[in-house]
Amino acid sequence: MTRLERNDRLIRLGLLMIAFSAVSILIVITLFIFSEGTPIMFKYGPGRFLFGLDWYPSEKAFGLLPMIVGSFFVTAGALLVGVPMGLACAIVLTQFASKRVGRILKPVIELLAGIPSVVYGFIGIVVIVPLIRENLGGPGLSVLAASLVLGVMILPTVISISIDAFQAVPPTYREGSIALGATVWQTIRMVMFPAARSGIVAAVILGMGRAIGETMAVIMIAGNAAAIPGSPLAPVRTLTSNIALEMGYASGEHREALFATGVILFVIIMALNILANWTSARRKR
Amino acid sequence: MAGNPRFEQKIVRAVLWTMTGATILILLFIVAFILRRGLPEVSLEFLTRNPENMGVEGGIFPTIVGTLALTLMAIVIATPLGVGTAIYLTEYTWENRLTRIIRFGADCLAGIPSILFGLFGFILFVTKLKLGWSILSGGLTLSFMILPTIIRTSEEAIRSVPAAYREVSASLGCTKWQTVTRVVLPSALPGITTGVILSIGRSIGETAAVIFTAGSSLHIPTSLFSSSRTMAVHFYILAREGISMPNAYGTAAVLVATILMINIVSYYLMHRFTRKYS
Repeated sequence: MTRLERNDRLIRLGLLMIAFSAVSILIVITLFIFSEGTPIMFKYGPGRFLFGLDWYPSEKAFGLLPMIVGSFFVTAGALLVGVPMGLACAIVLTQFASKRVGRILKPVIELLAGIPSVVYGFIGIVVIVPLIRENLGGPGLSVLAASLVLGVMILPTVISISIDAFQAVPPTYREGSIALGATVWQTIRMVMFPAARSGIVAAVILGMGRAIGETMAVIMIAGNAAAIPGSPLAPVRTLTSNIALEMGYASGEHREALFATGVILFVIIMALNILANWTSARRKR
Repeated sequence: MAGNPRFEQKIVRAVLWTMTGATILILLFIVAFILRRGLPEVSLEFLTRNPENMGVEGGIFPTIVGTLALTLMAIVIATPLGVGTAIYLTEYTWENRLTRIIRFGADCLAGIPSILFGLFGFILFVTKLKLGWSILSGGLTLSFMILPTIIRTSEEAIRSVPAAYREVSASLGCTKWQTVTRVVLPSALPGITTGVILSIGRSIGETAAVIFTAGSSLHIPTSLFSSSRTMAVHFYILAREGISMPNAYGTAAVLVATILMINIVSYYLMHRFTRKYS
C-alpha cells in the first residue's frame, strides 16, 4: 500500500467520524434532556405532569396540562393561518407565476425565514396586540395574537416544502391533463394535489413543528397565564414559554420540572419529525 | 360556477394571487416598519458607544462585539463538521442504511426548537462543564444548531458539481482526497459559502438558545469565558422589559438591516453558482 493510499484510508475514517457528528449531538441532547427531566416525572408520577391543571412549582404542583393544551391551541391557530397562505403561495409560484416573476418573489418570501423571532414578537406587541385589544376586546395578549404571528412565521417552511412537492410531480402529468382540455385550476385540484399530497402533508407537519417549538415571539405576545384559555382572546402559555420564562431563576425541583417540560416538548417534536420523515420516504417509493 | 371551469379558474386565480400578495406585503411591512422607526435612532455613536443605565441611554457597541464573537465561534466549529459530513455523504459512500441514519439525524437536529438547544447548552456547557455563561458555551450551542443547515447546503453544492470534473481528475491519477480538495471543493465553494452565510444570519437572530448559554452581561467580552449579550438578546430585553423603546427600535433596525444584507449577498452568490452549473 502506498503512502497516498494509506492517507486516503485515514481520511475516509476521519470523514466518517465527522459525518456522525450530527447524530452524536442529537443523541447527547436527548440523553441530557431526559436525564435531567425524567427523574422528577417518575418521582411524582407522569400523570401529575401530563394531566395536572395547576402549575405552582414552589408548592410542588407541576401540572403541565394548561401548557400542553396552550401549545396545541396556538399551533392549531398557526396552521389555520399559515397552511392556506403557504399553499396559495406555493401554487402561485409553481403553477401561475411566470419564471421571471417567480424568480423575484421566491427570495422575497425566503427572507421571511431570515427575520429573527424576536422581531416577529416585537411586531406582535406594537401592532397586532393593540389591534386585537381595541377591536375585539380582552387583554390583546392572546391565543389569537400568537396564532397570527406564528402563522406568518411558519410560512417559509410550508411554502418551501410544498414547492418541492409540486416540483417533484412529473411534468407529463400536468401536460397530459392540460392536453385533455382541463383548465390549470382543474389540473391543480385533480392532478397536482393528489400527486403531491404526501409532500404537502410533510410541509404541514414540519410547519406544526416550527409552531410548537417557537419561543421568543410567543412569550412576547401570548400573555403567558398558566391556565387553559377559555377563548381565542384569552392569554395562553405554551410549553416553550414555560421553560424560557422561568429558566432564569428556577432551581432545585422547579428547574427539574422545567426540564420535564422540555422532555414533553422533545417527545412531541421527535414524533413530528419521524412522521414527516416517514411521509416523505413513502413519497420517494 | 361549477358549470364554468374557466370562470372558476379566474376566481381561484384571483384569490390565490391575493394571498400571495398579502404574504409579500406582510414581509415588506415588517421590514419597512422596523427600518422606518429604527433607522432614525441609529448613528455612528449608537453603534460605537457603550450602553448606559442598562440600555436606557447610550449605544449598543458591546452587543455588536458579542454577536460577532458568538457567530464567529459557531461558524468556526460548525463549518468543518458540516462540510466534512457533506463530503463523506457525497464522495465517500453510496446510499445505504448508514447514510440514511446520518441524514435522519441531521433532519431531526434541524427540527429541534432553539429553546431545547438552550436548555441543553445550559445544562452541559454552563453547569456540568463549568464554562459558565460565556461566549464558549453560547458558541458551542449555536454551532450545534446551525450544523444541519451547513450539512444540507454543502451537500447540495457538492452534488451539483458535474461528475465529469471528478472523472477527469481521477483519470489523471489523483487520489480521492486530491480530487475532493483540488477539484470538487473549489467548484462547490460558492454554494458552501451561501450555506455558511445563511447560518450566520440565523446565529445573529437567535435568542432562546443564546440567552441561557451566553448570558446577558453588558460588558465588552474580553475572553472566550466572558458572558456576553448579543444584539437579539439586547433587543428582547429592551422591548420586553420596556427599558427604552427608541433604543429597542434602533437595535431592531441594525438587526434587520444586517440580516437583509446577509440574505441579499447569499441570494446573489447562490444565483451565480446555480447559473454556472445549469
